[in-house]
Amino acid sequence: MSLALAKLKPWRFTTPSVLPGFAPAFGYTLIYLGLIVLAPLSALVWRASGLGFDGLYRVATEPRVAAGLSTSFTISFAAAAIDVVFGLLAAWVLTRYRFPGRGLLDAAIDLPFALPTAVAGISLAALYAPNGFFGAPLLQLFGVKVAFTRLGILVALIFVGLPFIVRTVQPVILEFEPELEEAAATLGASRARVFWTVILPPLLPPLLTGFALAFARAVGEYGSVIFIAGNIAYVSEIAPLLIVVKLEQYDYAGATGIATIMLAFSFLALLAINLIQAWSRKRLGHV
Amino acid sequence: MSETVRAIPPQVEAAPGGREPPRRKAVRGETTFFKLSDVRSERPATRFALIAATIVFLSLFLLSPFVVVFIEAFSHGLGVFFESLTEPDAIEAIKLTLLVAAIAVPANLVFGLAAAWSIAKFSFPGKSLLITLIDLPFSVSPVVAGLVYVLLFGAQGLFGSWLAAHDLQIVFAVPGIVLATIFVTFPFVARELIPLMQDQGTVEEEAALTLGASGLRTFFTVTLPNVKWALLYGVLLCNARAMGEFGAVSVVSGHIRGLTNTMPLQVEILYNEYNSVAAFALAALLASLALVTLGLKTLLEWRHGDALKRRHGH
Repeated sequence: MSLALAKLKPWRFTTPSVLPGFAPAFGYTLIYLGLIVLAPLSALVWRASGLGFDGLYRVATEPRVAAGLSTSFTISFAAAAIDVVFGLLAAWVLTRYRFPGRGLLDAAIDLPFALPTAVAGISLAALYAPNGFFGAPLLQLFGVKVAFTRLGILVALIFVGLPFIVRTVQPVILEFEPELEEAAATLGASRARVFWTVILPPLLPPLLTGFALAFARAVGEYGSVIFIAGNIAYVSEIAPLLIVVKLEQYDYAGATGIATIMLAFSFLALLAINLIQAWSRKRLGHV
Repeated sequence: MSETVRAIPPQVEAAPGGREPPRRKAVRGETTFFKLSDVRSERPATRFALIAATIVFLSLFLLSPFVVVFIEAFSHGLGVFFESLTEPDAIEAIKLTLLVAAIAVPANLVFGLAAAWSIAKFSFPGKSLLITLIDLPFSVSPVVAGLVYVLLFGAQGLFGSWLAAHDLQIVFAVPGIVLATIFVTFPFVARELIPLMQDQGTVEEEAALTLGASGLRTFFTVTLPNVKWALLYGVLLCNARAMGEFGAVSVVSGHIRGLTNTMPLQVEILYNEYNSVAAFALAALLASLALVTLGLKTLLEWRHGDALKRRHGH
């Protein structure tokens, strides 16, 4: 009988609620999302489908584009990896220790989020230029050129990615149960062993999430990189810059091709982050 | 042997007296320079080294780019600094930046409220997909975000010929800049509100409605006050990004001086013209905005941290 009743009940999209306003709010959300985000992105995908896989492959294997893509991905990977090490260090020190200036440093972690990328770009370029505050001593003492080389891109991307690691790791360190470390210590484990066996394992998921976020952001980053990179073709051109270059040459197919590859990468990164978080929830019971 | 184990009365373990005495309510794991004997901390020397390494790294990589902006901006004195900011092109750029933010931020604020209301207060299938889609602009490169609008509205674009026939210009004009800015700042307000409103549930709204309040009155007197700090937080971050966006805006603007240059674009132009002082003067203005944003953000987290965070079950 209940089955028959269930069949008689009309299907509803939402579960009934006394709260008003679902239809207009939901409708507005969908329309606005569709117009601002989904339709333009679909236009890109539609354009790319005109190229076909052959066309995409041809764009991606064009020597200058291939060099740009490999520059973007390898340096972004390296920057995100360096950020993992120093981000973990900063997150640990800022959460666990109390020292003068801690609050200031903690607030400053978000600087790369707040500082407009073009501002970061020109100031990094000025800092590391051969006559800059850091560039001059680096060049004279070590003979290292940072600005207008691939090293410059690395420095800019380290700057951009750092807050992602610190801000994903910090809450997990804060949530640690003190008993675990105490138990390990009373059982005779050295502090180093406690770090490797008790502290690090639960930090692995947030570190991975932070790495993926920093990596994805670094690949797409434009403003803070182009001023310090020098933008030498085949050497220090990043993929987003190549989109701009293609657009300036009215090569819409080329720009679309590079953008599609980067968009596909964004989706992959998003998927990876969701999988890491699902895995960590399953393993640890929280994110 | 199992007999002896079983012989121990289970109450011993559960009895409150059997447990260690309640410890000082410690902030989780915090140590100071002076309190040294804690099994949950590193040796003083290690700790000192870690703190020093953090301070050195953060100063070199995070703080110095910020400080240098001001050093460069004031390197030729205050007079030149203010002169650079009162140039007609600079003033036009500042005006355009304010205009773009004044459109983009309220637009995303209204969207954030609508999205949070429908997602957090009602249940429907496909909710997590919708949340993922709302967050999508954060994972798209700003340059790609600009490009999609060029592909839609540019001369070669989907609506290009139609727009040209009706003498409308979106790309390489202010509307394109506004659209690109709305795109890159899209999720800021929504993502602050949705988790918070989900945690707050619908009980208070239901109470207001049963007491006879209208839907709108319920929203303005119950829902909005409950999320005001999170809303402000989202608006703050949204505004900072809207005023500072470079990549997306750079692609759609066409760099027409005095017409389609926002402050970050003007910074680029001046810098490429080797007019470093003027570039850094505008950059210092933007860096000050970042400083104010960070200051207000820290203040909000400090004063209203509880109202910002979701109320966790544990």
